[in-house]
Amino acid sequence: MAKYLAKRAAAFVVIIFFVSLGTFFLVHLLPGNPALTILGPNANAHNIALIDKQLGLNRPLWTQYFIWLGNVLHGNLGQSFVTRESVVSTIAHAFPIDLELVVISQIIAFAVAVPLALTAVRKPNGRFDRYSTAGTFAMLAMPPFIVAPVLVLLFAVNTHIFPGPASYVPLAQNFWSNIHTMILPALVLALGSIVIYYRLLRNDLISTLQEDFILMARSKGLSDRRILLRHALRPSSISLLASAGINIGSLIAGAFVVEYLLQLPGLGYALVNSINQDDYVTVQGIVLVVAVAVVLINFLVDFLFTIVDPRISRD
Amino acid sequence: MTYPPAASDPQSAVPLLEVTELSTSFRTGRGLLKAVDRVSFRLGRGRTIGVVGESGSGKTVLARTVMGLLAGSNVEKTGSVRFEGQELLGAPNSELRSLWGARMAMIFQDPMTALNPVMRIGRQITESLRLHLDIDRSEARATAVSLLAQVGIPSPEERYGSFPGELSGGMRQRVMIAIALACSPRLLLADEPTTGLDVTVQAQILDLLGSLQYERNMAMVLVTHDLGVVATRTDDIVVMYAGRIVEMAPTSRLFSSMAMPYTEALLASTPRLSNPSHTRLAAIEGRPPDLTALPPGCPFAPRCRYAQDLCRRAAPPLVTAERPDHLYACWYPLGARTGPAPVSHSVSS
Repeated sequence: MAKYLAKRAAAFVVIIFFVSLGTFFLVHLLPGNPALTILGPNANAHNIALIDKQLGLNRPLWTQYFIWLGNVLHGNLGQSFVTRESVVSTIAHAFPIDLELVVISQIIAFAVAVPLALTAVRKPNGRFDRYSTAGTFAMLAMPPFIVAPVLVLLFAVNTHIFPGPASYVPLAQNFWSNIHTMILPALVLALGSIVIYYRLLRNDLISTLQEDFILMARSKGLSDRRILLRHALRPSSISLLASAGINIGSLIAGAFVVEYLLQLPGLGYALVNSINQDDYVTVQGIVLVVAVAVVLINFLVDFLFTIVDPRISRD
Repeated sequence: MTYPPAASDPQSAVPLLEVTELSTSFRTGRGLLKAVDRVSFRLGRGRTIGVVGESGSGKTVLARTVMGLLAGSNVEKTGSVRFEGQELLGAPNSELRSLWGARMAMIFQDPMTALNPVMRIGRQITESLRLHLDIDRSEARATAVSLLAQVGIPSPEERYGSFPGELSGGMRQRVMIAIALACSPRLLLADEPTTGLDVTVQAQILDLLGSLQYERNMAMVLVTHDLGVVATRTDDIVVMYAGRIVEMAPTSRLFSSMAMPYTEALLASTPRLSNPSHTRLAAIEGRPPDLTALPPGCPFAPRCRYAQDLCRRAAPPLVTAERPDHLYACWYPLGARTGPAPVSHSVSS
């Protein structure tokens, strides 16, 4: 177990290094010149050279990278040329919103998908199974930028069940109204996950139920319900977990769309704004943090594997 | 080793298990597949019956039908299975569940796949104990540890928390026996309990089963493809072919005067210690018949070296030999194959 985790941790460090490389050099491919943005109407060749020198932008790209990396390792992501705010504080304000959004959306997704799958496998290809398959696929087919306005129309404009866009309340200010504002965006995000989790768990459960150890469990006199929950669910949840790891990573990107549409001041909102303002220091910081978060989530999933299935860490 | 029959008890008039004219069919895409065909036998308390046949002869389906584990819309069952006088065929699932694990239990062929790989073995034993017996967690734990000790698992306290993957095949089979015997069932259905194990471990497991059975006065249906396995460990033997009983007799009787050429062929394909090493094993020529399209005559005729015209035309009925407890289904039984005409038979029951 310790050896397995040590191996995963070593891989984690290597991956983070490449992520930082990618972040830095890809962001430098973006069009726009920070000196121009800062100077605005005062831009001339002399002033631009002055600013470039001040910011270290006249040095070779590799040198810039290592200076940046050194700062990052000290917890300093730089300072925005545009807003003069430190990138770390921008992220510290925005990131919890994404985190909360993803967590709530995943709670919704699992709370819907797992009971659906457990009910469907009682009669594979029965009526319930077919309807929930069709229903969940319909959810997958609807992209967030369609679902979000429709849900806003239904639940915020027409019925006032949930607050509309741009009504974010910080968690620290009022817990319940914060949760209340987050449910609608989280729901939009959850729809795509539900079908993935439902289909994976359903298929894995059906194949697990063919195993000898399920027959053995039946021959002990256990009830069907107990067999499903105690014997079939755990060995069937490996691919569910793996896909959740990958899915949550892409959800952070998906959250950007939802945040922008529903005017939630999360990372996606901040990222789109900084791209529009050529604020590449902030862009770099946000992309790095998101990438590290995605890698971290997958590391966490690797660790969960060892808990769910003891066979994994032995091999 | 053989164990003496159980002491007579007042209920011995009613056999523990009475299977009558039991048939099991599966609806398949190619038609009805009759996996078990009109099988009847009885089993007394504490006794052992061996069910022998090649793979595909219906012995596993028989064991599972007796237990009641085969269910589903594509399974058709007829006949009767009486356990302690109670009819099991068609009994509601809730009734069967209260018997399963408590009064009748099953051991499966492959200990690698029959234990839940992600559940500690201790839990897999206590689960059954807590379901059927009214005991608390710590009592269940203590019972499970003592069961592990009884089936010969070294340091059972530590092994209690092991996962199946951390044990060898033989150890896993011992765990499976511990699970099956947890609530002291009256009947154990052992489906090829030693097939996945190497020969020395096979003997250990069979000896263990025998002694536990004797201690607990438990009856056992021992399903195997290996006549050698049942030779010294059963009271009676049922030989199955194509879902039917083709010969049935007390064990010693079967070996001293077997009547069915199929039984003879099975015995010839059993490895023997008395043979010089590297002796070629006689395999039975051909393959078991397609159960959805059985030939009109004796199902074994195409593979039987004694087969004659009559065998290919008409299926032989199950008849009694000189002794009423010896039944066989053959037109030309071994040892009586002299005249050109079939020997006369008295049709049983």
